[in-house]
Amino acid sequence: MEMQEVLFYAIMAFTIFSAVIVAFANKLIHSAFALLFTFVGFAGLYIYLSADFLAVTQIIIYVGGILVLILFGVLMTQDIYDVKAIAAHNPLLLSLGGGAFTAIIIAVLISKKPWFTLLNKEFAPTTATIGKLILYEYLLPFEIASILLLGALIGAVYLARAEDKDK
Amino acid sequence: MTGFYIALIFFVTGMFLVAVTLLFSRLLQTKKPSPDKYLTYECGELPQGGAWIRFNNRFYIIALIFIIFDVEIVFMFPWAVVYGKIGLLAFVEMFIFIVVLLVGLAYVWANGDLQWVKPRPKLEHLPKAKGK
Repeated sequence: MEMQEVLFYAIMAFTIFSAVIVAFANKLIHSAFALLFTFVGFAGLYIYLSADFLAVTQIIIYVGGILVLILFGVLMTQDIYDVKAIAAHNPLLLSLGGGAFTAIIIAVLISKKPWFTLLNKEFAPTTATIGKLILYEYLLPFEIASILLLGALIGAVYLARAEDKDK
Repeated sequence: MTGFYIALIFFVTGMFLVAVTLLFSRLLQTKKPSPDKYLTYECGELPQGGAWIRFNNRFYIIALIFIIFDVEIVFMFPWAVVYGKIGLLAFVEMFIFIVVLLVGLAYVWANGDLQWVKPRPKLEHLPKAKGK
């Protein structure tokens, strides 16, 4: 096997292993920390899809931002250290149903052909291309994105504050 | 793309060093636990209560605001790469983008969400000595 392929399987194993820890860890805080490694593994997979900008974005936003939010959420929950992760106590039927549903979706996706193969391709940096696209062709969506962010900011802060006032 | 190989080497090296340090510590240490050793070290004082207290909601709001501006920064990377070639047009476009988000910053600032709550410890006054 080639070096690239070996690395790919190593990253896959790393990602799946941390995802399994997220699902099966007994303490929520352990799940939250394992999620960090899952996100990093996903960034590795994006690199294999030649999406270098997306990979860095994944690290900046998910590892640097969303995960901090999740950790704060865990830390702000009352008596979190005594709470066992709820996933371990789900009714069997519900878990099986959810698992079967996901499996069907994945099976449908796998059966769709043709697959894109990107291995052994020359990877080119994408950041400059994205920059040009958002400044020329996709200018309107780009500016609308800022309004969307504004709405998200005001809405999220308003909701978080409303909860704060209740207590 | 070779930059990512360097990043991977740094990541693996970092994890490896931590693992090796912990492993060595595990191999070299002697284990004689006693209840005193399990106490949290708080500058020699006896710790009061658990360390797992609830954090202030304010941290959460600050983190929310942080994520929004995190996303803004992500948009600025591709913009910065092509800025030299496009020039004034790119400047104006990003200016509008940032001004819209500045409205959000002004909103949270005006509402005092960025204000840090300062602890106001209630000092217990010593009872006055009798007879004076």
